[in-house]
Amino acid sequence: MKKITNGSSNRFKNVLFLIFATVFSNAVFAINGEKYAMNLPKGVTEFSNTVYGLHMIVLWICIIIGVLVFGAMFYSIFAHRKSKGVKAAQFTHSTTAEIIWTVIPILILVVIAFPATEALIKMEAPSDADGNRVEMEMTVKVTGYQWKWKYDYLGEDVSFMSSLSEKSNEARQLNSNIDPESVENYLLDVDKPLVIPVNTNIRILLTSNDVIHSWWVPSFGWKRDAIPGYVNEAWTNVPEVGIYRGQCAELCGKDHGFMPVVVEVKSKADYAIWLTEQKELAAKAKDKDNIEWTKEDLMSQGKKVYNSSCATCHQASGKGLPPAFPALDGNELVNAAMEEQIKTVVFGREGTAMSAFGSMLSDSDIAAAITYTRNSWSNTVKDTVQPADIKKVKE
Amino acid sequence: MSHATTMDHEHDHDHKPKGFVKRWLMTTNHKDIGTLYLIFALAMFILGGALAMIIRLELFQPGLQFVNPDFFNQLTTMHALIMVFGAVMPAFVGFANWMIPIMIGAPDMALPRMNNWSFWILPFAFTMLISTFFMESGAPAAGWTLYPPLVLQGGDNIAFAVFAIHMLGISSIMGAINVIATIMNMRAPNMGYLKMPLFVWTWLITAFLLIAVMPVFAGAVTMLLTDAYFGTTFFNAAGGGDPVLFQHVFWFFGHPEVYIMILPSFGIISEIIPTFARKPLFGYVSMVYASAAIAFLSFIVWAHHMFSVGMPLGGELYFMYATMLISIPTGVKVFNWVSTMWKGAMTFETPMLWALAFVILFTIGGFSGLMMALAPVDFQYHDTYFIVAHFHYVLVTGAVFAIIAGVYYWIPKWTGNMYSERLGKIHFWWSAISVNVLFFPQHFLGLAGMPRRIPDYSTQFAEFNMMSSIGGFAFGLAQVFFIYIVYRTIKGKGTTKATDRVWEGAKGLEWFIPSPAPHHTFQDGEPVKDEHLAHVSNH
Repeated sequence: MKKITNGSSNRFKNVLFLIFATVFSNAVFAINGEKYAMNLPKGVTEFSNTVYGLHMIVLWICIIIGVLVFGAMFYSIFAHRKSKGVKAAQFTHSTTAEIIWTVIPILILVVIAFPATEALIKMEAPSDADGNRVEMEMTVKVTGYQWKWKYDYLGEDVSFMSSLSEKSNEARQLNSNIDPESVENYLLDVDKPLVIPVNTNIRILLTSNDVIHSWWVPSFGWKRDAIPGYVNEAWTNVPEVGIYRGQCAELCGKDHGFMPVVVEVKSKADYAIWLTEQKELAAKAKDKDNIEWTKEDLMSQGKKVYNSSCATCHQASGKGLPPAFPALDGNELVNAAMEEQIKTVVFGREGTAMSAFGSMLSDSDIAAAITYTRNSWSNTVKDTVQPADIKKVKE
Repeated sequence: MSHATTMDHEHDHDHKPKGFVKRWLMTTNHKDIGTLYLIFALAMFILGGALAMIIRLELFQPGLQFVNPDFFNQLTTMHALIMVFGAVMPAFVGFANWMIPIMIGAPDMALPRMNNWSFWILPFAFTMLISTFFMESGAPAAGWTLYPPLVLQGGDNIAFAVFAIHMLGISSIMGAINVIATIMNMRAPNMGYLKMPLFVWTWLITAFLLIAVMPVFAGAVTMLLTDAYFGTTFFNAAGGGDPVLFQHVFWFFGHPEVYIMILPSFGIISEIIPTFARKPLFGYVSMVYASAAIAFLSFIVWAHHMFSVGMPLGGELYFMYATMLISIPTGVKVFNWVSTMWKGAMTFETPMLWALAFVILFTIGGFSGLMMALAPVDFQYHDTYFIVAHFHYVLVTGAVFAIIAGVYYWIPKWTGNMYSERLGKIHFWWSAISVNVLFFPQHFLGLAGMPRRIPDYSTQFAEFNMMSSIGGFAFGLAQVFFIYIVYRTIKGKGTTKATDRVWEGAKGLEWFIPSPAPHHTFQDGEPVKDEHLAHVSNH
């Protein structure tokens, strides 16, 4: 077995203590630090607080019923045992008792059903105090990709990908020898978070480019699936500035555990500044698609793009993870004429995990990444792929 | 039952076929087939458990230490498929084969040759399924729910998984037909429907569920197959199909499937508690109706597995209300078990300990089930470790505990030897404690935000994962100990001979034939005597 790191051996002791505490004295309920979070977080939105309240109501109902039923059972176990010399009664039923324990649970369910229905309506058909439907002030489209998220600010011409931060990504490799404890927000950090303004009704549309994903920020109180061919709708209104973290919740392939959701909530003023910056960046990126690049620039930009978008599957070494993820080093397609390779990258390959990158990356980034693969490792095609070549294939 | 005893003595040792092939491969004897099913289930339980051990090993601490993420997904997928279709379901068919004919006074199952076939399909189906581990594509890695489009990325393992599922379906359907035909046609004279043991009743209902839903599952996976190989696009949005359709069809099978795995457990527990409380089962008739009600409800609640898929408000409300209703008949069952104990004269032999643990721990699983029935809260619980905790409470401390309870309860009848009470109790306490260390912290993990089916996790989840893994290793080891206990009992090592009645308070036909049960029982169609029965209905 692998050597347990220092942090882990301390944890091992703590856990052993926890087990003893739980088994013998239930003392675990006394511990309530962040490390030992045991309950649903209240979250930050009105909806998540509603959900938390509902959760606590049902939890307490279950605990009370549990105490009564198990209490009766344990009483019976202690009192009605043969070793105490009792003689077994022989009754077989009691209509009164059976009616009582059918009717009372039905009443309890009815009582729970009211707040549950109310909460559901709050999510699915939100309306204000006067019964008017809540107006959405902005819309963000969330698209799931294997294994990252794309955020489109509808009507703003701003869109970007959001994937696992580099530090977490290095540490999470098999036998990386990097202690996860040393990485801040391990597996819950991204290169570029979704940024939204505070106190704003935000419609969130969800869809997917490949398989089903599920977008979840526990602090907002809900998760919703991102399904190819569907556009799902949800909404939120975050009343507090801050950073909120979550994860993909629907199994979506090998790196399902490595596509966090991070949302940064800014004040309205800061958000406006951020949005202007993003628009400028987007305009600059467009310019990049319209120029002829030098091979050096393509190679250096290509390496960056390759490592962030391609290396998860095809590996930084280009050796891939066959058979699911083929090697690009020495790959026939990569070493042939560029058209087929561009098509594969732009449109993806059906029935495999190869996504259509045409909608994820800019033309210049695709051109750079392809140039990089054609001129790295043992591949020596020597040509350069320009943004214009990508545009041509797209058309 | 005097005639059975007489027959046993008259015909020397009930002419069992000689030789391994004739005795086991070609057997049409319900007891031998039952034994085969149980041994097969035990083997699969160990294999599925071994996969779970690797899962818990990888989750022992944050970071990836042992397996890569794709193999991890193969492990979770195959663990579930093997446990559901290889361990729990065959174990219950094994119990059905052994006990149903004896309990209703029938000489054998109604369709003995089909019975043989039902069993012998299984080893081949599982060989095919497990062989995918050694293929280039690896084993299926999209979860046991096999959701497209992800499952279609798995290469050729999908074909093997689909054909294996077809074979398992055929096996289950034939087994179910056999159970229904046996119960409806082969009850001994004077064995009315409302005199049948509850185990027989729950299995009758389970058999109807199987016949209703296994073809649905077969249809769903066949559509996967044609999508993968024949150019159809049932589940591909780009071709006009619908990935969510699969989920609806799958869970129309999948929800009744979970009751297929729990109803026979209810039956076993309802046999054991009255025996050791020395008191008739409380509310026999309401138990039967509650089982039927649960089965009926299981068909109309499937989409509660899909609250986060995005349904119209009306749909979500309907599935929420319908799901909440299930707690009513389930509650009736729990209340009836407790009332059966009430004012009894209880003793606590090993089967009773497992049954009591079942009642408590299954109920905890039921509580979390009620919690997640509430759609808005399920938006938080869905696809987290809270769900993992929930279904392991109902399937491990529910179904598996009931199976183990049933083995301890009937193994003296099967083998003629008493198991070691001391070892049985050690096994119980060891398992009962470790299983809670294993699964209870998973509630906390899920609530704190850990998604299920991830090979690595953020450091805030480290403590409870390590705790869960420690519980897992201990629980796994306890089941190896269980095999040792069973082996000793079969071989009669350090055990005593079982009496015919075995348990002081036992009622039902199986306790009025010799131990071990003779190879052939009840051949003369003599009416059963009311005094041998647990339930002589006067309704």
